[in-house]
Amino acid sequence: MTLVWLILIPFIGGLLCWQAERMGDAAPRWIALGTMGLELLLTLWLWWGGDFQLPEIASAQASQWALEFRAPWIPRFGIEIHLALDGLSLILIALTSLLGVLAVLCSWKEIIGRVGFFHLNLLWILGGVVGVFLAIDLFLFFFFWELMLVPMYFLIALWGHSGTQGKTRIGAATKFFIYTQASGLLMLVAILGLAFAHHAATGVYSFSYDDLRNTPLSDELAMWLMLGFFIAFAVKLPVVPLHGWLPDAHAQAPTAGSVDLAGILLKTAAYGMLRFTLPLFPEASQAFAPVAMTLGVVGIFYGALLACGQQDIKRLIAYTSISHMGFVLIGIYAGTQLALQGVVVLMVAHAFSAAGLFIMSGQIYERVHTRDMTQMGGLWGRLGSLPGFSLCFVAASLGMPGTANFIGEFMVLFGTFPVAPWVVAIASVGLVLAAIYSLFLMQRVHYGPAKGDEPLEGLDRREYVMLLGILALVLFFGLYPQPLLDTSGAAMHEIQRLFTDPALTTTILPTGVS
Amino acid sequence: MTLTTTHLVALLPIILVCATAILVMLGIAWRRHHKATTIAAAVGLNLALLSLLIVWQVTPIETPLLVIDGLSVFAMVLILVSALACTTLAHAYLEHYEGPVEEFYLLLLCSVAGAMVLASSRHLATLFFGLELLSMPLYGMLAYAFHERRSLEAGIKYLILSAAATAFLLFGMALLYAQSGRLDLPGLTAGLANNADVWALAGAGMMLVGLGFKLSIVPFHLWAPDVYEGGPGPAAIFLASASKVAAFVVLLRLVMTTPAFQGEWLNQTLTVLALLTMIVGNLLALNQSDLKRLLAYSSIAHFGYLMVTLVVSDGLALETAGVYLITYVVTVLAAFGIVTLISSPYGGADASALHHYRGLFWRRPYLTAVLTISMLSLAGIPSTAGFIGKFYIIALGVDAQRWWLVGGVILGSAIGLYYYLRVMVTLFLTEAGMQRRDAPHNWGIRAGGVVVLGLALLMVVLGLYPAPMVEWVKLLAATRIG
Repeated sequence: MTLVWLILIPFIGGLLCWQAERMGDAAPRWIALGTMGLELLLTLWLWWGGDFQLPEIASAQASQWALEFRAPWIPRFGIEIHLALDGLSLILIALTSLLGVLAVLCSWKEIIGRVGFFHLNLLWILGGVVGVFLAIDLFLFFFFWELMLVPMYFLIALWGHSGTQGKTRIGAATKFFIYTQASGLLMLVAILGLAFAHHAATGVYSFSYDDLRNTPLSDELAMWLMLGFFIAFAVKLPVVPLHGWLPDAHAQAPTAGSVDLAGILLKTAAYGMLRFTLPLFPEASQAFAPVAMTLGVVGIFYGALLACGQQDIKRLIAYTSISHMGFVLIGIYAGTQLALQGVVVLMVAHAFSAAGLFIMSGQIYERVHTRDMTQMGGLWGRLGSLPGFSLCFVAASLGMPGTANFIGEFMVLFGTFPVAPWVVAIASVGLVLAAIYSLFLMQRVHYGPAKGDEPLEGLDRREYVMLLGILALVLFFGLYPQPLLDTSGAAMHEIQRLFTDPALTTTILPTGVS
Repeated sequence: MTLTTTHLVALLPIILVCATAILVMLGIAWRRHHKATTIAAAVGLNLALLSLLIVWQVTPIETPLLVIDGLSVFAMVLILVSALACTTLAHAYLEHYEGPVEEFYLLLLCSVAGAMVLASSRHLATLFFGLELLSMPLYGMLAYAFHERRSLEAGIKYLILSAAATAFLLFGMALLYAQSGRLDLPGLTAGLANNADVWALAGAGMMLVGLGFKLSIVPFHLWAPDVYEGGPGPAAIFLASASKVAAFVVLLRLVMTTPAFQGEWLNQTLTVLALLTMIVGNLLALNQSDLKRLLAYSSIAHFGYLMVTLVVSDGLALETAGVYLITYVVTVLAAFGIVTLISSPYGGADASALHHYRGLFWRRPYLTAVLTISMLSLAGIPSTAGFIGKFYIIALGVDAQRWWLVGGVILGSAIGLYYYLRVMVTLFLTEAGMQRRDAPHNWGIRAGGVVVLGLALLMVVLGLYPAPMVEWVKLLAATRIG
């Protein structure tokens, strides 16, 4: 039941926030903060008490999940409410609730209109994301996958900023929604294709991950179905030819929306690839790996180059996300234990550094009322301690040793090297570009001639604590990443085993299906 | 054959509706009273709905002209529920209408009887009779506010095009009769089984045109937006729900039983029409600034998706059609219901331009929530009924490996999102609308409001827990005759 509560808490909290609006603007904020705090505590309690070592791999009967919940939902098609938790999902849920707390905090002063409805949307996004990380029934997974889009749409469309050059927030929100929903439908087709193939082979309808993993598929069909999943996740990650929605959505979203988008929503795609694409279609994924890695490399360079040319600070950060997700994609398709664990660390690290940068740019926006970097410059010395924090997050984003980002990128590259040395060699060059755009960012915003000399309002306690907290986590996991590695180790090992040893999945023919 | 009590029991719903119609007519002749007429109509429809429980005990049963099986019972439930919603909303809508209001219910009841006959027909005579009984009162209902130019135009337009479609239908029937010498469906099946030649094909094609017009399938859709926009809200509701359900059910029955409809050529025509309907319906909806027109195009697109069941027409097809029709009817009733509520009480043309709805959320949060849910359901977003329908359609397409149709559904849905989102975001914008028209303050506790709230609840419940609906439809589909 704990797993169900993990999903329900944000949804119930959201409804409470909506109704609490009558009691003034402060009530929804505190309720939202309390809800996410509760969620975080629950997750940490699970982390503390749980055992995330994989039970003896040899015994096929043993479950790979630390916690599981099953209830029938639509028996006609064998659809169940099937939730399960392992190390990977636990880390990502903890991340979600932490960023949820940050998202509530960073909109404390930014959002002044319709506070209750805003927090309803914010918390429902988080609830949907937690559902995505927990759902193991493919139908349920798709359900949450689509469900989290609607509140995100409202968040961007109603509380976003209209951009420069006639880019409206509604346009950006619509683009985001159509991209993700249309690609999601492709995934639905792939899910159904898989389920019907399973039905044809066994005579039983099932959408369960465990059952479908053993579906015998022809090579061609497996490739098509794999592509259906891949495209849906590639849009969300985003992978380069499908990234069109991301810069607009990021730039136009309110700070909390950007934090959620970069910190969590992009991670759902990586999670989907790790959890579903690789284990469900190991051979097809193996065959597709060179293409995926190439796309990853293209993404690294494309994102970095475009980041260099941006004037809008949030667009710049958005493009750096594309670049970082290129590393994630390479790591996922390398499929070695080291690379996969690197992916987990990199996801967490990127969530922190991107959230830090977005919160920071939100704070700058609250003070100078622009996101155009040509209008900034010389903020160092006018803004109290904010520029110092910026420097730290920028350093983290470019992968400076001592930050978690370094650990992640290093592990991904190191783990990919035995599989694809050339890809690693080229991707490493991307790190140089990372340094360039990071320096651009610092130079244009904080150095150079000042546009005015009156000091701007410094950070208040709330803002200071937020930034300090993120920074502490970035440094902690940069210096001591072992907790992450321990927790995700077993889950990653399982994925690596399924991915690199496809023979295992084909030999276990669906005999145990009931 | 002689009619036994069992037959009478089976025909009870139709008899009850007809009796109510006569009662309402006599009542009007005796003394005009709006509320009493509404209550009489509602009670009659409710009784008919309850009588279906008894009918269910004796199904399946056949008479020479009608067949009462799972499919007819299913269609009758949907038709009666739509008619009930329509009656309730019409009461609020016509409250301040200057002119006679009671006849609206009389027309509505006649139309309901027609729809029920049509849905359960197994003979070309009842098919024709039902279709005309369904359409004729609709002309009157659409032109009910006849001093409003738009309404009159809607009525006349529907009348003329409907007559043309009827001509096609009759010609098609004549050709089929010439080939087989029979008019009942089993007879047609037997007569055409071995010599389905080009004339039979032409006959089937022409019947398809006639019914396609009622379903507003592209390219026979041209009337739909004007008629929906111009007609009074309650009439548009009936046109979009009950009328379409009845016509679709009879088409489904024809396609599934008559061999002339199952040929390669006609199947491909249906595929092309389905694709066209999905894509064109959605494309044309993109730039509409009137909610009723937009819903008209959206309804066209939805019947495009639904036509996948006609093309596949075996395996899961019947179940899919059932589930999709339920989700469609619930959603469309809610969406049109809101438009009608906003335009109630009657005061000139309906408030259906999108700018009427600007910022509605900040004035009427619950009303807007209902409209938002129905837009989400039309778009097929999870946790609403529409998603279950779409899931079924895609499942059917994937199972039958009709990749073109699956592609069409996905493309259509992606296009559709754009305008559903546009409506949704309009509701939440803060800028004030230009002309405000609003539902009465106490809408939530009045009959119309209760109906709409109930529909919204139903949409969410069906979306979150569809298992009972799925089982019910499966059970009904299992008792189909032919």
